[in-house]
Amino acid sequence: MTTVSEPKGARGAAPVSRKLAINRLRDRRPLDPAAVDRFLARHAVPVVEGARCTFLYRGEADEVFLIHRIFGLPDHLPLRRLHGTDLWYAVLELPEGSRVEYQLEVVRGGRRERINDPLNPRLAHSPVGSSSVCYAFGHVVPDWTFPDPEARPGSLADLVVPSRALRRDCPVTLYLPARFRRTARYPLLIVHDGGDYLGYAGAKTVLDNLIHRLDVAELVAAFVYPGDRLAEYANSAAHARFMTAELLPRLEAEVPLAGRPAGRCLMGSSFGAVAALSAAYRYPGAYGSLLLQSGSFVFTDIGRDHGGGPPFEPVVRFINRYRAAPRRVADRMFVSCGVYEPLIVPNRSMVPVFEAAGMTVRYVEARDGHSWENWRDRLRDGLSWIFPGPQKFFYE
Amino acid sequence: MRVILLGPQRRPTVDAVARAHSLGVSGPVAVITAGWQEREPDDAELSRLVGGRAVNLALYRRWLDVQDRDPEYFAAERRLAETLAELQDYYLLRLDYALRAVYAVQRRACGEAGAEAFSEAMAAVRELDAAHLRRVNGARLEFFQRLPPHDRPVIAEHRAALSDVLGAASAVVIAGGHVGVLAGVLHLFNIAASLRSPVVAWSAGAMALTERIVLFHDRAPQGPGHPELSGSGLSVLRDVVLLPHARARLLLDDAPRMAVFARRFSPARCLLLESGSRIEAESPGGGPGGGFWPSGVRVIGEDGRLTSLEAA
Repeated sequence: MTTVSEPKGARGAAPVSRKLAINRLRDRRPLDPAAVDRFLARHAVPVVEGARCTFLYRGEADEVFLIHRIFGLPDHLPLRRLHGTDLWYAVLELPEGSRVEYQLEVVRGGRRERINDPLNPRLAHSPVGSSSVCYAFGHVVPDWTFPDPEARPGSLADLVVPSRALRRDCPVTLYLPARFRRTARYPLLIVHDGGDYLGYAGAKTVLDNLIHRLDVAELVAAFVYPGDRLAEYANSAAHARFMTAELLPRLEAEVPLAGRPAGRCLMGSSFGAVAALSAAYRYPGAYGSLLLQSGSFVFTDIGRDHGGGPPFEPVVRFINRYRAAPRRVADRMFVSCGVYEPLIVPNRSMVPVFEAAGMTVRYVEARDGHSWENWRDRLRDGLSWIFPGPQKFFYE
Repeated sequence: MRVILLGPQRRPTVDAVARAHSLGVSGPVAVITAGWQEREPDDAELSRLVGGRAVNLALYRRWLDVQDRDPEYFAAERRLAETLAELQDYYLLRLDYALRAVYAVQRRACGEAGAEAFSEAMAAVRELDAAHLRRVNGARLEFFQRLPPHDRPVIAEHRAALSDVLGAASAVVIAGGHVGVLAGVLHLFNIAASLRSPVVAWSAGAMALTERIVLFHDRAPQGPGHPELSGSGLSVLRDVVLLPHARARLLLDDAPRMAVFARRFSPARCLLLESGSRIEAESPGGGPGGGFWPSGVRVIGEDGRLTSLEAA
């Protein structure tokens, strides 16, 4: 089953047919610095007018480029200088509900500098730095991603799980829901790249809110942290053994968990999704559900050129092997991907493979990229499907 | 027994019922707010609405007390809950395929062969529902036979206390909340044996009076769910499926979907309990069947459209 997350409200101006603001400015006389000042004071940047988004840069430069990772578009889009001014612009059509991360590349005297958009205060953060964000018309940041004073907060506790498999002490952050009771039994969500989900995807706020709203069942989440990420998350037997033979038994011994496959879910994004799939593949039947976001499921149909570079070699071998002999590794699988990321093709391609292996798959796409906000904004779709909250029981 | 069913009480109407029926005049009003779970004691407003003579039966608190003081029973109850959850999982898995078959046939059906195929697909769903209810009730019965609640001192103590309170009560008011928790404690403390007329109930409280509790939520974040049987209530009301918040929770404008809903539970009436609803019915012995509901009650007809009962 495939769905595209639909925008549920509007951001920016309503669709318009009249002249774009940048073109009205171009016609203005005199087109002096004061006119540009007034223009920038009046408009949020990028200027969103229906499907058209005008990206701007102000300053002296030889060239300016819009750098983005929208799959299907040239990744360097040149900005044009507005004649007689130091204002540069490029107009990009973005479908309703899109969210795009970007930077600007400014060229001066042969030097290229990549910067966040100085005219746009909206930033997205990730382990590799920050970038500017353009919210297209119709994009809405879900309200459940913001702290809700009505939602009783769960708690976080740090623990260390010594791992013989990984030959290191593995830090784990445990999330316990508000109203946690030792007499209850909770489903378990194990989250790869746990620190990033907590730091960049607001995972604790999201869990607090979704549980408070009864969208998601009260659950315990274990946020795990990679050591050598590219090695551990690329179909590593040691990682799978740590997750299943070391972490899981420890948690089920110490925390009141459901303790059956239906109550266990492995989650991850990008390489973390590969790690989740790999662990379930190596221990079929251990996990009832997988939540895989923008999985790096790169494969080749012929030849060896996968374009991912050396870190992807073990991933490609694994995915090629899986595609050749698909195996049922869980009962249910939630898969999501942004349509603007190159991984959209492999993810779309894996859905029928997973289904053919006998798993129930829910697949969701969003007009977004390979980003933590995308993964955050899909969490309600995924978690409410895997561990539905008790809404159906409540009739106030 | 006189039963007064109300719609959701965000804008309370229970005060008008209390005045009209002089609740509390001949004795205290027994109030059940166990569906509110840990908020069970927050009943000051409700007490005021029913005239100030409310006695909360505190069924949720009593259940927690049983958990604390009778760990053997609690452990067994938890195993029962796990068994029921597993039964529900398999039921939902089968129901998903069975109902998708119904909708697929319904979309295509034309002519005699199509009608026959649709009837058979519906029959499969109805049989699945019936089998699930038998299994659930069987598991509960087996549990209660193995650990008779009346033989458990803590439960017996609470039952005796509750019987005394209900014996002196002039009416029983059952609020909404978590219908599973509510039905569970009503059964545990055998409230059916001591109910006092009239019973005023709304939302989950009303659902818990029926013989089949049907859960429904077409607007869940994970998408429309299949209406599912969750077990039996007190069976004070029979041949009815109560639908609180129907407009907010059901895709009422989707007539084909609603037609399947109505036909699936037929001959039970699928009866809407919206804000402001007030339905008074007598429940002689076995409870009102479809023909005993007062006219004007809004139901989902077998064509999937909303209709008033006299026109159904």
